Amino acid sequence: MDMPATSAARRLSRVDAINWNRLQDDKDLEVWNRLTGNFWLPEKIPLSNDIPSWNTLTEHEQQLTIRVFTGLTLLDTIQGTVGAPALIEDAVTPHEEAVLTNVSFMESVHARSYSSIFSTLCATRDVDDAYRWSEENPFLQKKAELILERYRAEDPLMRKVASTFLESFLFYSGFYLPMYWSSRAKLTNTADLIRLIIRDEAIHGYYIGYKFQRQLAQQPQERQEEIKAYAFELLFELYENEVKYTEALYDDVGLTEDVKKFLHYNANKALMNLGFEALFPSSVTDVSPAILAALSPGSDENHDFFSGSGSSYVIGKTVSTEDEDWAF
Amino acid sequence: MAELVYFSTKSGNTRRFVEKLGLSAKRIPLSRDDGPLRVDQPYILVVPTYGDGDPMSSVPPQVIRFLNDAHNRSLIRGVIAGGNTNFGAAFGLAGRVIAQKCQVPLLYRFELMGTDEDVHRVLAGVKEFWKRSA
Repeated sequence: MDMPATSAARRLSRVDAINWNRLQDDKDLEVWNRLTGNFWLPEKIPLSNDIPSWNTLTEHEQQLTIRVFTGLTLLDTIQGTVGAPALIEDAVTPHEEAVLTNVSFMESVHARSYSSIFSTLCATRDVDDAYRWSEENPFLQKKAELILERYRAEDPLMRKVASTFLESFLFYSGFYLPMYWSSRAKLTNTADLIRLIIRDEAIHGYYIGYKFQRQLAQQPQERQEEIKAYAFELLFELYENEVKYTEALYDDVGLTEDVKKFLHYNANKALMNLGFEALFPSSVTDVSPAILAALSPGSDENHDFFSGSGSSYVIGKTVSTEDEDWAF
Repeated sequence: MAELVYFSTKSGNTRRFVEKLGLSAKRIPLSRDDGPLRVDQPYILVVPTYGDGDPMSSVPPQVIRFLNDAHNRSLIRGVIAGGNTNFGAAFGLAGRVIAQKCQVPLLYRFELMGTDEDVHRVLAGVKEFWKRSA
């Protein structure tokens, strides 16, 4: 199935009619199927059911929420219109190009859906204020600039590093807040929509990170080490800025410390998507269980058999074994 | 001696996790051309989760093929699942499906290639598990 390393390393120089029945990398089809199977639009979510809940938030909490969402909108806009198109230029298979067109479009759907939340829940003037804030907030602008710099520099490996950090790390200072509201039974429909975005971003980060690893493996050892050093340097720079962004947003509501843990937890996952070991020790990634439960409903169930006594664990009831795929 | 059996796609997350554990492990082949894997000792299965949250498509087909062999199935003692909490309720779903199908406990879930903490907990847990079931 694999193309020889030499040809796989090269960008596509011409456009041929795509043939999905002849794959150079079967991961492309696997991810295409997954992404298209996950397709959704914000109209599917009954956001207006959150209006009573929105009205229970204080003015300050509403402002914070709108600001957080404009920040997320900016990242989605960058990824949809600059990031994913830049990655298309670097694609080494026609199927990779096609997958990235889906990534690009879905990022635009994500950006679009924040505006759906705004038009459903918020006053126009407050939203306009928040957009102005997003244009002027130095930390938000800096994170956008740090990523855009890498997208403009035409190094396919560093573009993928930047892109994976955006998908798997930079969104999470923002995603924290709707998960927090959800854990307090607020804005639960909005949280449903955000969870769809979170699911998409996981596949994007996984796929772009996978393509990065394939390409990195073809480089000489010295170049591999150089890229790894660049990647960590960028992560530290983004992290330092992200901490300031987090403090600016969350200090007033007293959530900064837990958001930072969420940042560490997701920075580790971004590194793993790139094939690097996690960096932050578990002592600083212990996000509040309520947030994890909001992120992953059912994750509070005891699936860590090892840490429990074991006796509390109940093996599930037998499910039907007459499915086509399973012979027993 | 008891061991691990695992499956990992080309992305290699599960393979890396298993390598970090450093326990004796057999890999379920990715391609049919490599012939089926047959085991002869009790084992814990380590699997990634596939798909979109549909339980029917969450277990990789190669793993289903391996478990459809009644002899292989008779030796499974537990399952450890890889995944990503971003997939919400479907996090590590393959592990839950296999645990139910095979009537064995889902022992642990880890994300992507697992952290050091995951490795320590699984190593300690697996050791204790085999001692208890000896």
